[in-house]
Amino acid sequence: MGANEIKLEEQQKQFKAKKFNLWLGMIGMFMMFAALSSGFIVYTASGVDKGIKTILPQMFIYSTIVILVSSLTLHLAFKAAKAGELAKQKLLLVVTIVLGIVFFILQVQSWGVLTEQGVYFINNNASQSFIYIFTGLHLAHIIAGIIVLISAFFCAKPSIATEKNVFRMDLAAIFWHFLDLLWIYIYVFLLLNQ
Amino acid sequence: MSSTVISHDAAHHDAHGHHHETFLTKYIFSGDHKMIAKQFLITGIIMAVFAMTLSLLFRIQLAWPDKEFPILEVFLGKWAEGGRIKPDFFLSLVTIHGTMMVFFVLTAGLSGTFSNLLIPYQIGARDMASPLMNMLSYWFFFVACVIMVASFFVESGPASPGWTIYPPLSAVPTAIAGSGLGMTLWLISMTLFIASQVLGGVNYISTILNMRTKGMDLWKMPLTIWAFFLTAIVGLLSFPVLVSAVVLLIFDRSVGTSFYLSDLVVQGQILPNEGGSPILFQHLFWFLGHPEVYIVVMPALGLTSEVISTNSRKPIFGYHAMVYSLVGITVLSFIVWGHHMFVTGMNPFLGGVFMITTLIIAVPSAVKSFNYMATLWRGNIRFTPAMMFAIGMVSFFISGGLTGLFLGNAALDINLHDTYFVVAHFHLVMGSASIFGMLCGVYHWYPKMFGRMMNEKLGYFHFWLTFIGAYLVFFPMHFMGVDGVPRRYYAFTEFAFMEKWMSVNLLVTWAAIIAGVGQVAFLVNFFGSIFWGKKATQNPWNSNTLEWTTPVEHIHGNWPGEIPTVYRWPYDYSKPGHNEDFIPQTVPFSETMSSNMPHDFEGNEEAIRIQEQWNKENNRVVEG
Repeated sequence: MGANEIKLEEQQKQFKAKKFNLWLGMIGMFMMFAALSSGFIVYTASGVDKGIKTILPQMFIYSTIVILVSSLTLHLAFKAAKAGELAKQKLLLVVTIVLGIVFFILQVQSWGVLTEQGVYFINNNASQSFIYIFTGLHLAHIIAGIIVLISAFFCAKPSIATEKNVFRMDLAAIFWHFLDLLWIYIYVFLLLNQ
Repeated sequence: MSSTVISHDAAHHDAHGHHHETFLTKYIFSGDHKMIAKQFLITGIIMAVFAMTLSLLFRIQLAWPDKEFPILEVFLGKWAEGGRIKPDFFLSLVTIHGTMMVFFVLTAGLSGTFSNLLIPYQIGARDMASPLMNMLSYWFFFVACVIMVASFFVESGPASPGWTIYPPLSAVPTAIAGSGLGMTLWLISMTLFIASQVLGGVNYISTILNMRTKGMDLWKMPLTIWAFFLTAIVGLLSFPVLVSAVVLLIFDRSVGTSFYLSDLVVQGQILPNEGGSPILFQHLFWFLGHPEVYIVVMPALGLTSEVISTNSRKPIFGYHAMVYSLVGITVLSFIVWGHHMFVTGMNPFLGGVFMITTLIIAVPSAVKSFNYMATLWRGNIRFTPAMMFAIGMVSFFISGGLTGLFLGNAALDINLHDTYFVVAHFHLVMGSASIFGMLCGVYHWYPKMFGRMMNEKLGYFHFWLTFIGAYLVFFPMHFMGVDGVPRRYYAFTEFAFMEKWMSVNLLVTWAAIIAGVGQVAFLVNFFGSIFWGKKATQNPWNSNTLEWTTPVEHIHGNWPGEIPTVYRWPYDYSKPGHNEDFIPQTVPFSETMSSNMPHDFEGNEEAIRIQEQWNKENNRVVEG
């Protein structure tokens, strides 16, 4: 076996391991939200005066649509990267980043809607505070996701090897889809407890 | 750093160590797993000394509650006015001692050190999957340590609600002095620490699953690797839960939410928080907290397995059983947390469930203990210092584990909870056992880490002082606990029934002081041997695992040429028919025809046929 092949094999191994890292990291993040969910359930069951006891803002539906679309555009960007179409990839990445920021803004605005409904963060019915915790922690992850997308954007240039670019896009896409699914999980969880 | 390893330039294939390294990239911001392991170890040792000093301070208070030690005031100032430690500060000492020992020494110092050192070495990888994450893991840990130590320099003192930081003490900043800024620093420190552990753990799992060398299937991995692997899984699943608990706690503290707080009056003032549940915190905390004790003890069990087998010159007894018992502990560790909360008003039925799951853990633990003894049985034992500590670890694991059966029983726990019985139990089974596992690892792998040997005589001296000292400190506490002496009390002078225990406290404190001073032998040995130790040979313990096939001198990428291929499991010690009492994993079966057994070939008929033909030609009779 030539030295070059060994190198390539070792690189493949490295890529595989790094991708695996990401999956494990996502398991860890999911555990955080699983803990919050179980905390919410236990807390809410502790009294009849507990519980969300409000209608979740309409805004959440819009933000769900936005993040779903952003997942789609990111998938297209990934496909473009695989096909070697750098310009298309960059354009779609920008669209995804903008959609991510729009999602962020919508979520923050929905907090405003919640407070108008009288659902405050500082609240003796902590079930309502949990809504802010869920969405807030998710937004913290969205910030991380946007940073990953931006770094993928700057990785998309001719001076960086295609396989590295594709690998980065792959990781960014997996992470972003995960954030998308995570939001849907949170939304459904809150809706079920509405 | 990884870019060097995966460089595409074929001409530089053997030049892993030849890229430019400055002092900063080699010793400070290193991505190399060996250097990171040493960083973890030395930071861990410094933390251990610090935390041990704290314990000596509160032991002094417990032994001589009415005596004045002016020297304490010199060092501690207002916290020991008139030479007596103040009650507030006593609580801080207990809290920070626990936090540092559990998290910084026995989690980061133990699995941080040995996972980093041994995972790439023993599975045959050039480095961790992500050296960058590995480096970040260390630096998050380091900053966490600095912040925790820094909390001693704030006016209101370090955190003092105990290492379990139960609200409301931890959630109401005005509750006691240690609930203020010190508690905030504790939370910041712990958040960084969790980040460090998750980064590290993810890396360990991924490296083990993806970067094993050719031939290294899961059932050929040393038990150390199995232990690190399962420990990392436990950490990955439990630490994020603590993040959630801490996030809610921070909002309760700083913003005014009511997740954990309800119906409180602090210093005559009614707090506005209503409807929260402090029990909710305990559930979330112990969902991490209990797995955490297995995070602490499993790497120690792994290290001990390896050291005991190597130094008994015998295969580990029941390799598969050892692995399955680790898996059993891993799974069970997540469904027993309720045994910390038997007396919080838990539904007795639920208590019963938690009691059963808790007691079931005795099964895998006993399997491990018996297997250790069976490995020692009729072995050709070499009592190296590492071996002494390994046997000591088994001893503590048994004597501490047995009292777990008492505490895990919901009915008995009503009497025993929050007494010195609990203190005795966990200091033996997780404190002493894990520390001994860690020390056994340090003595055994020191030649691999620093290329020199540690002094044996100092090692034995260190072992006996620590071993006897630890038993003298913790064993009497069982009797105090059965008598109902509560833990975390500042002094026992106010209660008539506890007065008889004053003399025992004196014994315990003297034993602690002597054992504490004994650690100087270790420190001298450890740091002195880096410079003056005897030069190590490549394989000083005649061990089978892969790390001993690397050169003594550390090079980037571990092996100068190709990574060796693995042919056999790591425990072929004293195999009948072989001319040496060890066969390294890299030796193919074709070179050991005189010692091969049919089961070595795992049903490979061709290989069995060749072996049988060889046996016939050489008149070899295979028994069994």
